[in-house]
Amino acid sequence: MNLIEDIHSPKEWKATREGVGRALVEEGGKNEDIWVLSADVTESTRVHEFAEKFPKRFVQVGVAEQNLAGVAAGIASLGKIAVISAYSVFSPGRNWDQIRVAICYNNVNVKIHGSHSGLNVGPDGASHQALEDIAMMRALPNIIVLAPADALEAKKAMVAALRYKGPVYIRTSRDKTPIFTTETTPFEIGKANVYRDGKDVAIIAHGLQVYQSILAAEELAKEGIDVAVIDCHTIKPLDKETIVEYAKKTGLVVTVEEHQVHGGMGSAVAELLSEYWPTRMKIHGVYDTFGESGECWELLKKYKLDATGIMEVVKEAIEKK
Amino acid sequence: MFKKINNIKQLKLKANEIRQDVVRMLNAAKSGHPAGAIGLADIFSALFFNVLYHDPKNPEWPERDRLILSNGHVCPVLYAALAHTGYFPREELLTLRKLGSRLQGHPHRGSLPGIENSSGPLGQGLSIAVGTAIVAKREKKKWRTYCMMSDGELDEGQCWEAAMLASKHKLGNLTAIVDRNNIQIDGYTEEVMPLEPLAEKFRSFGWNVINVDGHNIKKFIDACEESKAVFEKPTVIIAHTVPGKTISFMEFVAEWHGKSPGDELAKKALEELERERQRILEEDE
Repeated sequence: MNLIEDIHSPKEWKATREGVGRALVEEGGKNEDIWVLSADVTESTRVHEFAEKFPKRFVQVGVAEQNLAGVAAGIASLGKIAVISAYSVFSPGRNWDQIRVAICYNNVNVKIHGSHSGLNVGPDGASHQALEDIAMMRALPNIIVLAPADALEAKKAMVAALRYKGPVYIRTSRDKTPIFTTETTPFEIGKANVYRDGKDVAIIAHGLQVYQSILAAEELAKEGIDVAVIDCHTIKPLDKETIVEYAKKTGLVVTVEEHQVHGGMGSAVAELLSEYWPTRMKIHGVYDTFGESGECWELLKKYKLDATGIMEVVKEAIEKK
Repeated sequence: MFKKINNIKQLKLKANEIRQDVVRMLNAAKSGHPAGAIGLADIFSALFFNVLYHDPKNPEWPERDRLILSNGHVCPVLYAALAHTGYFPREELLTLRKLGSRLQGHPHRGSLPGIENSSGPLGQGLSIAVGTAIVAKREKKKWRTYCMMSDGELDEGQCWEAAMLASKHKLGNLTAIVDRNNIQIDGYTEEVMPLEPLAEKFRSFGWNVINVDGHNIKKFIDACEESKAVFEKPTVIIAHTVPGKTISFMEFVAEWHGKSPGDELAKKALEELERERQRILEEDE
């Protein structure tokens, strides 16, 4: 899968939102049908460069996420590709009905960029930590749900989203995280990336927990536990083939995500496996609570969503198997 | 392109035929929203037979005017207007709300030619209309966007988010039409959630406001023309209508917002509408 040479020594740290911003500038230069809309969070969701370069295809709607989704639907109804960029807690947090009817039921070409998702937003606290967005989005017909693992994958994901015709939700985060994939790491919507093979247990993760899961797997290997790590960057539609293959191979699936355990990627995997290959699972995430203030890595440690925490969770799951 | 009807008497007759079809459709469907749809027949006759530049034989014509319907529940009047202008056969109107029909209970973009947007949940249409109008303005398109709205849906905050954005971008190519019929599901708008002074609200949001009798086809068309002449502001036409207009038992009665007439009352309504049609026929040209 062409990851960086030394997985323990990433050379660059960047937030996934940066990758999305980069993709928009590059693709925006090539395709004049791409429009970007912001709800007063232009710089922090990294679409400011697009706004500066292509002012005629940028719309600032102010703090109005419902209008944001509706205006984008109108723009897209004319054959444009409209990208709405805001924090996940507000979009889709605040405009779910507009996304449902104006975007998904209309089936127009709108990309919803939800940044600042998950606990890693940190000090802003619970109200700003989107932990429910995947559940909200994956329940809707006609939409693709993406959650890239690092800034480079986020860029590829946004490019793929722009080239795909139809509604897409793309979830990114605020904090800088290691870039561990490379330019040649593949990205295809609907095709999960297996970053580490293993036969004892399969970790399925998305977002910044993918890298943490790789680190956890490396440590577990030293204890003789052979862990596969799957980057489930496309949560809808799930890569049935890969997930079922690894469920068969390992007999134990641990899902890891910065999201509520209810309704997230873990739930999606459980729905899939219960139907096609019932497998013992541990759905790890945030257990039906709100988040809280703290530094990113303090929170990930507390909620066992860093490498050390993931190791513990995997070991417990093996014991219970 | 569609050949416009300029004769007011002809437009009145079209409105009457649309009303008759709406009654038949709702009676066949046994559910739906008659009062608003009947009350809007004159406006829809004016829009589809006169105001809008459109081509029923080429519904995707890129240069067409866009009519965004925000209050989706009045869709029977839109469906009837589409059928009467030739988008699809009139017979199909009686499939409204039935399994497998292209005439969904609330409009669905993609199911039926001529439908610009899916709607149902209120308060969303003006945002979509602002989106199309921004693109048209920046790309210097000649076509206009019209947005049909109800008065009750102005309770939704999103309408005012969109109103602010339209004014920010000086969308002179956007005409919103508010069906000021004073009723909503729970009763009269001024009791449920007072909207007045409505014209002043829009004016303070930077809009050009025109008040008009929504049953006076000539004056409504004039208002649409006037809106085209205002370049620096979006225009809202507050069209004062009588819910259920021309059907005696339905006029002004809030309970007719959301129920089907039933066979007997449908028959009575059609008789009244036929008498009205005869009366229009006797009018001077």
